[in-house]
Amino acid sequence: MANILAVDDSASMRQMVAFTLKGAGHTVTDAEDGKHALEIARQKKFDLVLTDVNMPVMDGLSLTRELRQLPNYRFTPILVLTTEAGPDKKQEGRAAGATGWLVKPFNPEQLLATVKKVLG
Amino acid sequence: MSIDVSQFHQVFFEESFEGLDAMEMGLLSMQEGSPDAETINTIFRAAHSIKGGAGTFGFSQVSEFTHGLETLLDQMRNGERDVSQQAINTLLQSVDVLREMLTAVQQGAEIDKASAEMVSHELEALLQSGTTAASQQEAEAPVLTKPSGWHIYFKPHPHLLQTGNDPVRMLHELAELGELSVQMESSALPAFSDLEPEDCYLAWTIELRGDVALEQVNEIFEWVEGDCELAITALPDEADHKPAEAEVEAAHDEMATVPAAVAPNPAETKKVTAETAMSSIRVGTDKVDSLINLVGELVITQSMLSQLGENFDPSRLQQLVDGLEQLERNTRELQEGIMRIRMLPISFAFNRFPRLVHDLSAKMGKQVELKLTGEQTELDKTVMEKIGDPLVHLVRNSLDHGLETPEKRRAAGKTETGLLHLNAYHQGGTIVIEISDDGAGLNEDKILSKAIERGLVASGESLSPEKIHELIFMPGFSTADVVSDVSGRGVGMDVVRKNINSLGGSVEVSSTAGVGSTFTIRLPLTLAIMDGQTIQVGDQRYIIPLISIIESVEIKPGTVKQVTGKGEVYSLRDEYVPIIRLYDLFNLTPRSDRLEDGLLVVVEFEDRKVGLLVDELLAQQQVVIKSLESNYRKVTGMAGATILGDGTVALILDISGLLTLYRNPPQQSAAKTIRAA
Repeated sequence: MANILAVDDSASMRQMVAFTLKGAGHTVTDAEDGKHALEIARQKKFDLVLTDVNMPVMDGLSLTRELRQLPNYRFTPILVLTTEAGPDKKQEGRAAGATGWLVKPFNPEQLLATVKKVLG
Repeated sequence: MSIDVSQFHQVFFEESFEGLDAMEMGLLSMQEGSPDAETINTIFRAAHSIKGGAGTFGFSQVSEFTHGLETLLDQMRNGERDVSQQAINTLLQSVDVLREMLTAVQQGAEIDKASAEMVSHELEALLQSGTTAASQQEAEAPVLTKPSGWHIYFKPHPHLLQTGNDPVRMLHELAELGELSVQMESSALPAFSDLEPEDCYLAWTIELRGDVALEQVNEIFEWVEGDCELAITALPDEADHKPAEAEVEAAHDEMATVPAAVAPNPAETKKVTAETAMSSIRVGTDKVDSLINLVGELVITQSMLSQLGENFDPSRLQQLVDGLEQLERNTRELQEGIMRIRMLPISFAFNRFPRLVHDLSAKMGKQVELKLTGEQTELDKTVMEKIGDPLVHLVRNSLDHGLETPEKRRAAGKTETGLLHLNAYHQGGTIVIEISDDGAGLNEDKILSKAIERGLVASGESLSPEKIHELIFMPGFSTADVVSDVSGRGVGMDVVRKNINSLGGSVEVSSTAGVGSTFTIRLPLTLAIMDGQTIQVGDQRYIIPLISIIESVEIKPGTVKQVTGKGEVYSLRDEYVPIIRLYDLFNLTPRSDRLEDGLLVVVEFEDRKVGLLVDELLAQQQVVIKSLESNYRKVTGMAGATILGDGTVALILDISGLLTLYRNPPQQSAAKTIRAA
């Protein structure tokens, strides 16, 4: 199964995401902001990155842009977890280099379906 | 598969309450006009997280309420709206409402809709009054069209792979929807030498047959919109139209896949209620890691010792001694490590004060600057929980009685804004918390006349300023002219002192007229372990809390006097200290009943000294306090029990209880139960 990096500043969301993905057999590493996630991603290659947008220190869009600069992450699926379903917000994620998005609030089943969509 | 998200509720509540505290702090520091970007971002993020979490975990009322709040904050954040005092106040009220809502949800109680609606309306009014034209986008109802299938032309732009999307995966997804026939177009492929391996050159013409809605197809391509050429057209119908009923049914199916709005069912609510009883603590992973490391060392020591024990001979004594030393070190480090887990920075207790001071000073028409220092000083969680109320009382007291109104301050030649300073620091094994103000100081004349009026002091008696200050801690003493709703709640400083004493701490006041007052609280770092003095009385050993002991003296002949009705008193320098013969109180047989053969341990409680007559002083040691109340029952004069190194139980003396026992000696039979079994 896949190695997934989950980034969110909210501990409950991190736990929910990690629990759900681990239940589906994935290996999950989590980080509480973009900067921390970037450090982790530099040391290890992940198959998928899930990131919240609004976070302290470094937000999810900056993280996405930074990740796309790393040779290891040029083609890696990056999903942004966004609260806003509006087209602007989705395009912001796309412009930063994200593969796709998942609109909050989502339930564990939706999360798994979306992860399946990018991992095949 | 269904995953129960209620297991994450507790964490959600904890972080939400922390978020609310952060919002409150931010709002209080915010000035009218254009706000500091980082502050407003922090506030926005907290609201945003609460909304997101509440939505995820099914607390729809909370997330609905937070929505308006978030919109307002977002506009402020983007500079579309100025920050008015009115907006700050409404936002502060929203924080209160959210706190109430979350508490209600956490406890499985009903949410107070009235206050939520009221604040909602205020938020709404603010939003309406704004300059921004909120364009309400009407969500288009999805039209579900279902021909016999779809013809799709899909030509990714060369860079598509670099978005992390993969055409092959998308084809697989399409295949899951229905019967798929694919034609690949490779005409764009360059010569091998010109081929860029990271670019996408292929295009596909796809026919998807089956009962598939356009939305389902669109959904697969939604992430690549703009990164490809895409044309989706309906395949010509080959058969007759499906009956309308079937379409309705299909539409219905479609709807069913949309997650139902999660409303907490009664069972879930119940679970949450049960969880609130369980308190939890957030611990940094470094602390946990260091514990795991220590346990690892302990295991090594244990295996070393057990190996040594298997074939021990006296020549290896030194190894045994070394091993035991190592064990002692491991145990001590482990104990310290575990104690650290329970330690929290005192900012947890201090954080509520900015709001309290903001609200109260506004109400009283005073200008107050609150200064917090030493917020990172750590304190045991239990102590922290219990010190909250006394601290609030002292702060209210300083605001109400200490600091003056701007007019009075100006008249006294001071700045109009008064200073209230909360400070915390460690001193030895105790934590010291100071609450100081630069107000008028304690009014000694008023205190004294009140004390005389209450009969606490004989009229005409002259007291030192310190003694007068101490009077405010006497039971039934209150100098407030009017019982205000700020500090005159019928709870006096005596209760504050009693509560602090019950934590094994003390509170003192120092004050200078016209300059200000300082209340100093001293507390033990933890309630679970204390420093004790082991004493021997007859065949029993007891522990006296070291913090209460003033000194221990040998009784010389001629220093003890008999006082009618008061028993024996010992003349300690210029004081007379009543002597309590512990063996009498506990109904034991002493080694000798001659005062000169024993030792007098002078202890202090609430400024009163008494001498406890014991046979012998033994070791001073740290003892782990085991509750008598929860294991047996409450026993007057005993604070608890502990287990000594040799496995026997020793009772820990409670000085205030001993005084009660001494004044009202119990029946002999009752006294017997005090002996350790």
